[in-house]
Amino acid sequence: MQAAAKSPRLSIRRFTTALVLTALLPTASAWAAELKLAYSSSATSMDPHFHNASQNIAVARNMFETLTQMDPDSRIVPDLAESWKKINDTTWEFKLRKAKFQDGSDFTAEDVAFSLARPGTIENSPSSFKIYTGSITKTEIIDPQTIRITTSTPYPLLPADLTSIFMVSKKASQGVTSDKFATPEHMIGTGPYQFVSYTPDDRVVMKRFDGFWGGKPAWDSVTIRFMPNDGARMTALLSGDVNAIENVPTPDIEKVKANPDLVYAAKKSHRLIFLFLDSGRESSPGVKADNGKNPLQDVRVRRAINMAIDRKAISERLMMGLAYPTNNLATDQMMGFDPTLETVPYNPEGAKKLLAEAGYPNGFALTLGTPNNRLLNDARVAQAIAQMLTRVNIKTDVDAVPFSAINTKGNKGEFSAVMMGWGVQTAEASSGIRMMVACPDKARGWGVVNWSNYCNPKLTEQLIALTSEMDDAKRNDMLKAAVHTVVDDMAIVPLYFQGMTWAAKKGIKIIPRMDERTSAFTFEPAP
Amino acid sequence: MSEITPTTPLTLPPVAKGERLLLRQVRDLVASPEAAIGLAVLITLVAIALLAPLIAPQNPYDLMQLDIMDNMLPPGSALGNGATAWLGTDDQGRDMLSTIMYGMRVSLGVGIASVLIASVIGALIGVLSAYIGGRFDALIMRIVDLQLSFPSILIALVLLTVFGRGLDKVVLSLVFVQWAYYARTVRASALVEKNKDYIAAARCLEMPQWRILVRHMLPNCIPPLIVVSTVQVAHAITLESTLSYLGVGVPVTQPSLGMLIATGYSFLLSGNYWISTYPGIALVLIVVSINLVGDRLRAVLNPRFTH
Amino acid sequence: MIAYLIRRLGQSVLVLFTMAVLVFFAVFALGSPVDMLASPDADQAERAALAVRFGLDKSLPVQFATFIGNALHGDLGASFVYGKSALAVIGERLPATIELAVLALVFSVLIGVPLGVIAGLRPNSIAGRAIMSTSIFGFSLPNFWIGLMLILFFAVYLGWLPAGGRGPTTNVLGMELSIFSVEGWRHLILPALTLALYKASLVVRLCEAGTREIITQEYIRFARAKGLSRFRIIRLHLLKNMMIPVVTILGMEFGAMIAFTVVIETVFAYPGMGKLLIESINRLDRPVVVAYLMVTTVIFVVINLIVDFLYVALDPRVRLSGPNE
Repeated sequence: MQAAAKSPRLSIRRFTTALVLTALLPTASAWAAELKLAYSSSATSMDPHFHNASQNIAVARNMFETLTQMDPDSRIVPDLAESWKKINDTTWEFKLRKAKFQDGSDFTAEDVAFSLARPGTIENSPSSFKIYTGSITKTEIIDPQTIRITTSTPYPLLPADLTSIFMVSKKASQGVTSDKFATPEHMIGTGPYQFVSYTPDDRVVMKRFDGFWGGKPAWDSVTIRFMPNDGARMTALLSGDVNAIENVPTPDIEKVKANPDLVYAAKKSHRLIFLFLDSGRESSPGVKADNGKNPLQDVRVRRAINMAIDRKAISERLMMGLAYPTNNLATDQMMGFDPTLETVPYNPEGAKKLLAEAGYPNGFALTLGTPNNRLLNDARVAQAIAQMLTRVNIKTDVDAVPFSAINTKGNKGEFSAVMMGWGVQTAEASSGIRMMVACPDKARGWGVVNWSNYCNPKLTEQLIALTSEMDDAKRNDMLKAAVHTVVDDMAIVPLYFQGMTWAAKKGIKIIPRMDERTSAFTFEPAP
Repeated sequence: MSEITPTTPLTLPPVAKGERLLLRQVRDLVASPEAAIGLAVLITLVAIALLAPLIAPQNPYDLMQLDIMDNMLPPGSALGNGATAWLGTDDQGRDMLSTIMYGMRVSLGVGIASVLIASVIGALIGVLSAYIGGRFDALIMRIVDLQLSFPSILIALVLLTVFGRGLDKVVLSLVFVQWAYYARTVRASALVEKNKDYIAAARCLEMPQWRILVRHMLPNCIPPLIVVSTVQVAHAITLESTLSYLGVGVPVTQPSLGMLIATGYSFLLSGNYWISTYPGIALVLIVVSINLVGDRLRAVLNPRFTH
Repeated sequence: MIAYLIRRLGQSVLVLFTMAVLVFFAVFALGSPVDMLASPDADQAERAALAVRFGLDKSLPVQFATFIGNALHGDLGASFVYGKSALAVIGERLPATIELAVLALVFSVLIGVPLGVIAGLRPNSIAGRAIMSTSIFGFSLPNFWIGLMLILFFAVYLGWLPAGGRGPTTNVLGMELSIFSVEGWRHLILPALTLALYKASLVVRLCEAGTREIITQEYIRFARAKGLSRFRIIRLHLLKNMMIPVVTILGMEFGAMIAFTVVIETVFAYPGMGKLLIESINRLDRPVVVAYLMVTTVIFVVINLIVDFLYVALDPRVRLSGPNE
């Protein structure tokens, strides 16, 4: 508490002294390095298996580790598992790293088996991690450093799913419920930082774990502050209350870049922003055409909409370059990226022509739904799109609603067109396709949020085939074909990938990530 | 005074004198320089808001007239179509001057409409409550007490979260949180009137009850109602802007002053001050001028404070 | 007196029940928590399981009956998002809000009373007129706008104070309070001032009117004639007589202040229960929204009761006969 009570002026002086010291000393770690990092949303629990929400995962990541992990470019790499191999189509063997828990005990296969089973036992989880362990039918401990995992069906996504399951100490967390988890006795992981305290909606304090298997952590102490308010987060950085932030508010980016006391980094994330266009229903609530039909059922109309949107203008005028235009469903490093799907150039005349061809020379009226508190500048972008569509005679009105309402409305089928985002957790395009454009199918768990009401038997076939394909190269080709089907048919209209940003005080190096998950290792004291 | 004609309200003092009184009251009102300035500013702003579609350089609600390529221009810049944006443009490329004019329309419209509806409902309930009395009165006043003990901001916030966005919904919520003020005010003065001789006289004449209520009791409750209403218009406008700031209220495509301030605030730090500051000034001018007038009005209409 | 007390308590219980009904159904209309909370990756089976976990698969009347049943035992349900009792979630944030509201109350008296007395003693002086005109600004300007401007000036432009958040806390009698450190005060001062401004204007106007009335009374003239110093008169007679209405109004306004922390805490990113309400609405965390509204209702009811009784204690002329005048 006392350390936190210091005035920022004092800590700035301390920081400067520290910088001078680092110049004199051979190693950067010789001074008390403190990272005060502001997140843009509040974690809701410290239990890493309680709530599958990105901000909770981002906090847990500092203290807990996973078997596999995503590197900054969203490729799957080893973490607590040194290596893994397929024994047969349904069995995998993971070799574990020699690591210590923060209470000094050894990390073993026993803890892995416990951690993989635990998400399924948390009864009041608002969003369960079970969806990543659901494929697992059996875990078998071969020796303390080896574990075998069996899945019910051939399941190629297991290593990707395991990037989301944190390894906790069986000894420290057995029988502990989520609401009692946030104490130093139970918060025992293998990560570089050790839990000290948690104040809900305010901060998490952590200290360095010297027994970390990966060497000495970069910071002596790490404080995460929750600052969802853009202005508050930005001014906290400027005034020195914190020395690093995520999600620089877009209007301030130019100023941050120009500020000599700050460093800034941006990276394309794997969050795809796109439009659902209702092509499945004869009559749709948010669309009105003279002939009484639903024009969105005509693929030419959907293509016209794709052409009428000036992605470059959105990126430059509203997103400060943080919109990376695309006509694909996956970024170029991901599985399923199809290089033949090039971004459609802005062409309002072409769009008008296509509309006329489809029988709508005078256009029609459309209501475009959008969340107003979820995606970067969501309501602003939707209004700009409305402008662009109105230019080609699709008179568009914007219905901006909070994220809480948009899900309910969307699942009830109240939208004809809506802008949404999809963050690919599994480093490949398949999960998004299964959830958003596959025919609704309860048994398979597909088409859950298919707000386009799109259903294409050809795509279903493609998906069934690739879901159990264990050969990565083959699956990549199959996935590309599926992506091609979706985009060719304009089942959804891909707009752009959203960028993620970070800023910090001078003297800190930023290591930007694609998966939007900020942690203490996103920042390092600059050498 | 003793003459009872069913067509003229039985007011004190009588009509002819009343006109002179009105004149004197207006003179009293503008005698205070603060109130005179307030009234002048208010009249100007209301005129601008009313005439916005005729005098605004642009219709900010017509998407055909907007161009995203014109966005975030500082005051005095030229738009793509050659016109000048004297107060700059916002993130959608809307001309701020026009947007503020239209925004005042929304803010004033919401404020005045909600006050009108709420005062009519409240006045009727209040007068009925006083007239009928007994258990009915007790019940109504319990409800009023209950309503008034809850801060309007919380009630309106919950209502609008449930209703969703829309001008009509904002007005409805504001009516809901305001009617009780009027009911209480009108009931208090109606109770005083009820015991006066002329009501007894009217009753003796066997005039229809509604007639006594509407033509005789109600008009005498008007002066306090006017004072409360004036101040409430300012209150309603402030409340609407606060709700817009919290993210509920008017649709994003038809911004009120409050919403303009809220959306513009995110640009303030980066030096694009015009998007938030000018609507802020407009809002402050409206609310302060209404309150200056209302403050003086209270003094003029309340004999205790007349000098 | 006893009969009155019992009747008032009975009414309060009725108010609480009415609120519970209204709030429960209002919150129900907000949207489906399942759609909101489920991970985008969650399939239909997981979503259905989630609905069962929270009892949302049951019909509305059944859910309401369960809610009322539990509420009678003091259990307002467990937060969906935090996984613990909604009351506990609110309890964690209550000290922050109370601290803010009390400080704002103190500020509004410290600012309002002296200015109001000055304006009342010298109604026609420049200072008096300026105070009264400024007070109009005080209750005209929207709270959030004042807050934003203060942040802009003191946090961004001057860099003297933090733009938001709460300072480090010390545990006092089981409450986490931040008023015991300089850093805590630096975080509190702007939000408390913003919150206080409206009430301060109200107090200025009350005190001005009160002073103008009292100053003409016989006993003040008498005191003056006796040769008492001006300061002594103000201290002895004026303030004493004026405090009754001021205290009553402030007591009643304390509830409104707690409600307005919803706005202030959002502006200043202050981790109290007001910000929790907005976040819980956004996350459709129904139990927390319901619990928040029930807790504030209880606070209002209690404040009203206390004010009523105090009123009686302070002014014997008030009869305790009931709602009718």
